[in-house]
Amino acid sequence: MPDDGRLICAEKVCKTYQTAETPGRLVLDHVDFSLHEGEIVAILGKSGSGKSTFLRVLAGLTPPTEGRVAYRGHTVEGPAHGIAMVFQTFALFPWLTVLGNVELGLEAQGVPRAERRQRALKAIDLIGLDGFESAYPKELSGGMRQRVGFARALVVNPDVLLLDEPFSALDVLTAETLRGDMLDLWLERRVPTKGIILVSHNIEEAVEVADRIIIFGSDPGHIRAEIPVSLPRPRDVTSPRVQQIVDEVYAILTTVPGREPGRRGLRGVETVGVGYRLPAASIQQLVGLLDAISAPPYSGRADLPHLVESEHIEDEALFVLVEALQLLGFAQVAGGDIWATPVGRAFAEADLQTRKQIFADQLRRSIPLAAHIRKVLDERPGHSAPEARFLAELEDHLSEEEAHEVLETMINWGRYAELFAYDYDRGVLSLENPT
Amino acid sequence: MWRAARSGGGAEGTMQQRWGLPIVAWPSRLRPNYWDGVALPLVLGSVVLLAWASRQMGAPYRLGETLAISLDPRYLPEYGLRTVLRMALALAASLAFSLAYAAFAAKSRRAEKLLIPVLDILQSVPILGFLSITVTGFIALFPGSLMGYECAAIFAIFTSQAWNMTFSLYQSFIGVPQDLREAARMYHLSPWQSFWQLEVPFATPQLIWNMMMSVSGGWFFVVASEAISVNGQDVKLPGIGSYIALAIEQRDLAAVGYAILAMLVLILIYDQLLFRPLLAWAQRFKVEAITQDEIEPPWFLIMLQRARLFDLMRSVVDAAAVLLSWLARRAAPRRAGVQRLRFGAAGARWADLVWNGVLIAGVAYAIIDIARFVESEVGLHEVLHVLLLGLCTLARVVVLIVLAALIWVPIGVWIGLRPRLARRVQPIVQFLAAFPANLFFPVAVVAILRFHLDVEIWVSPLMILGTQWYILFNVIAGTLALPTDYQFVASNLGVSRLLWWRRLILPAIFPAFVTGAVTASGGSWNASIVAEVVRWGNDTLVATGIGAYIAEATEKGDFPRIALGICVLCLYVLLFNRLLWRRLYLLAEERLRLD
Repeated sequence: MPDDGRLICAEKVCKTYQTAETPGRLVLDHVDFSLHEGEIVAILGKSGSGKSTFLRVLAGLTPPTEGRVAYRGHTVEGPAHGIAMVFQTFALFPWLTVLGNVELGLEAQGVPRAERRQRALKAIDLIGLDGFESAYPKELSGGMRQRVGFARALVVNPDVLLLDEPFSALDVLTAETLRGDMLDLWLERRVPTKGIILVSHNIEEAVEVADRIIIFGSDPGHIRAEIPVSLPRPRDVTSPRVQQIVDEVYAILTTVPGREPGRRGLRGVETVGVGYRLPAASIQQLVGLLDAISAPPYSGRADLPHLVESEHIEDEALFVLVEALQLLGFAQVAGGDIWATPVGRAFAEADLQTRKQIFADQLRRSIPLAAHIRKVLDERPGHSAPEARFLAELEDHLSEEEAHEVLETMINWGRYAELFAYDYDRGVLSLENPT
Repeated sequence: MWRAARSGGGAEGTMQQRWGLPIVAWPSRLRPNYWDGVALPLVLGSVVLLAWASRQMGAPYRLGETLAISLDPRYLPEYGLRTVLRMALALAASLAFSLAYAAFAAKSRRAEKLLIPVLDILQSVPILGFLSITVTGFIALFPGSLMGYECAAIFAIFTSQAWNMTFSLYQSFIGVPQDLREAARMYHLSPWQSFWQLEVPFATPQLIWNMMMSVSGGWFFVVASEAISVNGQDVKLPGIGSYIALAIEQRDLAAVGYAILAMLVLILIYDQLLFRPLLAWAQRFKVEAITQDEIEPPWFLIMLQRARLFDLMRSVVDAAAVLLSWLARRAAPRRAGVQRLRFGAAGARWADLVWNGVLIAGVAYAIIDIARFVESEVGLHEVLHVLLLGLCTLARVVVLIVLAALIWVPIGVWIGLRPRLARRVQPIVQFLAAFPANLFFPVAVVAILRFHLDVEIWVSPLMILGTQWYILFNVIAGTLALPTDYQFVASNLGVSRLLWWRRLILPAIFPAFVTGAVTASGGSWNASIVAEVVRWGNDTLVATGIGAYIAEATEKGDFPRIALGICVLCLYVLLFNRLLWRRLYLLAEERLRLD
């Protein structure tokens, strides 16, 4: 076995999703990555940055289109023995008891019944589930269900543990407890696992747990930055050294791609094209966030981690909103701070009708898709066009599902700005207002 | 070792739940309890009866002999048993067929392309048409034995159940949540293991519901398929269907009454012993969390779970399952990537092309073959005539559905707004839907004869007699599902009666209504074959329609005309479904769903 301390090694991994109708769409672009023995690596990125896809490539659940993934020197061609995974949605079989679920992997391996039972009970014990052996998943709370997910993974004595946002479906308190318990098992070497990859969208979680943080960028997914975290454990999330790294990560994640220095100039001068994947931000939340930034205590400028705490939003939701505010020219971000632009301030101070006017102006100025739709509607006789037309255009750049999402966001924004109208029943965009 | 240590208590140790009802831990398991007092005679009795009845199925028989059927009600239990056995065999065959067919369609993209449209068409072929076509083949298969006729009857029942169950399974198979699939692969379940541990359990609740619906429909065809006419010769297989056929021949209204009574008991037994327990048991396979309307465990399930005898039987089944999966593992050495067969990209495109070519060629050949056959045997003129007959039947179906809707929608809403009443009414409606309406046909015929009613009009209600209940059932369910908030809003705003119907109730129950109406219309098409020609002794009432055409051709053994009639009926059903129901369905899905 070629042992250079690397458990998993991915070389130039590309992943293209291809359907019969559309040309291939690149979701992972030449990703190089390795997991070394004894480390926890966290992968952060916005939703849609391909981080979950990348984890599935590493797991052998989906093959890379190009490049190679090796586990202990052997090319991964399917789920490898020695790699286990914990899922965001727990993925427990509802018709099996806790014990049945934990035994599942062993049963598949053909482990004899008695040994199976013994090992499963040990794993259940380890993860703090004893007493619940005969319970069905639907009887358990989210936190307990995810403990079953961990037990099912640990019972096969995995070399590598892949965690796909395992805590993000849990409430904050439960997530914290479970995360702590998992970390203890790892630090006290009570599990034989040699390396962990954690996909997350919670920045503090990543900084608390990981030895190294990989940040994924979107469209197509690629590694944007790598941040080593060499702080001693246990880490206090409120300590300045941890917060400094948290700030650093926020700064990277909230910079609009294409405007940051050093980004491979994929799109040339124009950073946002018609086919840009607009962040699915709701108008209510956008307005709310802009109001919050403009009002005291921030009075126009806010520290992002603080904002997350004071406004009770999740990191992932924040990224979406911040990107939208930047695209619309309402706010700018640098170094983990966000501040309202003059237009943004004017918007925050305006009344309802003026707000709509400003929003419409910004849409036409900064969002090419909005300008495009309006132009088409202006030019066409009858001033209406079927949505299918725009979907087809979007699908040149995006998957079918993404195209629908983007158009839905666009229609929401356009309706608010009264830039155009949309008839759901007929699926037609037009300039008329319903009479 | 641990087993001994852990098996002290009663409730714990409910493990290894793959297929079973909960096992109760070992030591207490050895002691029989009072449930065994019920279980043991039940089991032994059914074994003996089944053995006897299945021996009768293979009795020697030659066409032309008359099988002695007696109208003495004392024979009814025996006939009932024979009928039930046919039903059970058909159900088992349907289950096996649908598992294999659905699995194949869901696993292979290429097979899917052929299998699913074929299923769609099979679904619209009138079930009694299958009987007419296949009976000669089955007789040839078992010369000189009753087995051929039995098989034909069972096959007819099978065709009334299998398609529906297969669709349900296929839908479930392709709907297995992605995360569960990934977990199964991640933990190295072989395809065989994940079929039995993931896909089948996931499909179980829906499958059992569909089985129940299928069996409801099946009773109708059991009755219709026991008395078979082959080339003008009547064969009456011992069973309730033959009993009633004889009662009709001999104009014995009392015997009709006995048959109805016997059927009632049979359906009750099926419901209590099979479906109530199955439905309750299948709750565990539901992926969602426990809902409010948890089904109360029925007495028979409790018996199954408590009686030790069944634990013993379960152990045997378990052992067989273990052995099977061990064999499967041996037979198919684990492949590295547990996926669909993969070709290279270019290879796959070629294979697709070839496969599409084969499909197109097959379709073209079939069309030419049918055209040639029809032209040589019946002629174009008759085809047009049959198309017209189809229109007559179509008119009947449309009018009936509209009438049924006008009657049952208000009643269903009225019941649905009273949840306590609805809960009591729903099982009764389900029961009515299961009850074979053809048992009531003689009563209607007697009435038509007595009052000299117009045959063309008064035979029509028979077509919807059995299937109208689906409309009622679904309307009640749809109204029950309507959140009470909406009604509060409506009364708060002082909405008038008319507006309340138009803006609230009708849109809210629309999806449920469409589901019910689709089922009802499908059933009516099927029933036209037995409803457009009805008899009472020597009096035969014939209505103009394609059902009557097929029925008469069947009686004469006129194969080309049977085929023509069935093709045309099939065409009407397909077009009707495509042009009307599917659109309404989509509309309901898109716009009027409550969530």
